[in-house]
Amino acid sequence: MTARAVTEATFEQEVLNNEKAVLVDFWAEWCGPCRAVSPILDQIASEHADKLDIVKLNVDENPQLAMKYQITAIPAFKVFEKGEVVKTVIGAKPKPALEADLAAYIS
Amino acid sequence: MRDIIIIGSGPAGFTAAIYAARAELKPLLIASSVEIGGELMNTTEVENFPGFPEGIMGPDLMGKMQAQAERFGTEVVYDDVVSLDLEGPVKRVTLGNGETHEASALIYATGSAYRKLGLPEEEVLSGHGLSWCATCDGFFFRQKTIAVIGGGDSAMEEATFLTRFADKVYVVHRRDTLKASKIMQQRAIDNEKIEFIWNSEVAAIHGTTAVTGVTLRDTVTGEERGLDLDGLFVAIGNDPRTHLVHGKLELTREGTIHVEGRSSRTSVAGVFAAGDVIDPFYRQAVTAAGSGTVAALDAEHYLAALEDTASPEAAEIEAEAIDEGVAIDGLVRAR
Repeated sequence: MTARAVTEATFEQEVLNNEKAVLVDFWAEWCGPCRAVSPILDQIASEHADKLDIVKLNVDENPQLAMKYQITAIPAFKVFEKGEVVKTVIGAKPKPALEADLAAYIS
Repeated sequence: MRDIIIIGSGPAGFTAAIYAARAELKPLLIASSVEIGGELMNTTEVENFPGFPEGIMGPDLMGKMQAQAERFGTEVVYDDVVSLDLEGPVKRVTLGNGETHEASALIYATGSAYRKLGLPEEEVLSGHGLSWCATCDGFFFRQKTIAVIGGGDSAMEEATFLTRFADKVYVVHRRDTLKASKIMQQRAIDNEKIEFIWNSEVAAIHGTTAVTGVTLRDTVTGEERGLDLDGLFVAIGNDPRTHLVHGKLELTREGTIHVEGRSSRTSVAGVFAAGDVIDPFYRQAVTAAGSGTVAALDAEHYLAALEDTASPEAAEIEAEAIDEGVAIDGLVRAR
């Protein structure tokens, strides 16, 4: 399962108004570590689909949101609950490390 | 059990894989889970790798190396090594997913990791204005004022690259001359957005939720001064990644893995090392690739000797023959 893309147009609906916790992966095509970590996020997404939604936001195409959430390094992962950021993880990490960071939202 | 496992997916690892695969050793290459391709994945144009007169993007070069290794039968695994058992004739490699792989020979080519400044603020501000990857994060510093710390090729490359986005890029270097190659130096010096701050090191990073500036200390006079910044990129060098082999393989004073002479043979029979993890000085894509070749040939030789006599002593005798100046090629052909 590949995490679906959100944009400035769909962000409110898909992320802010989502009933579930949502992890937004802020990424870009030119970011090597973003591409490297992407399959790991897809795995986490399919293994924990009942608890956590995982979506991708391209910072190149959606600069306003990148600015709003003060992204200065990617990949950056922000978990939203009821429209608020409750957790930020920065940088590509191996799956066990990411799972540990996200433990509160996937277990 | 396999013949050979290669740990590392930079130029050393993939070149070793190309050679080992062409020797029909069916290598298994452990590429890591999120750092596949190694350091070159975070660089832009590579202009000094022979055979690419127009230059080639770092990630493209690594993609080609991987394709070449796979073409001859290298199996690539995207996981991290969590532990190693190097004693005895069977080398065991345990991965993050719990699997253990076994081989008669092991090539260790894990490269090096970015050196940190060693300041307490580093952890908190990392990713919040403090970055180790200009190609990843430069985009977020449009029209900002930033600094690059360091005086080598990577620092010059990053500073020059960052002028695409930033209005002003300071290069802070602890000496009054640069270690970078002349062409990279000149490119940075000629760039009007770049200003050099010589004989200075970072004593503190300012900011609670994001970087707002630094305290610079003059390395000659000890005098301190503040510098307002929106971002800070660190390129002060690398340290060999040896944490998995501490206490298992002999290391050098520089912290790299000790190898015998110009070979790749470590202090443990059947374990070979290549690339930045054995090289405190040159650290180039092409020297790492060359080093990977040496490791594959040494490993091939070791395996052949094992097979010939099924005794490790024989491998040592042949290894000594190489030390005495017998050409590897001659030995291999003679067989």
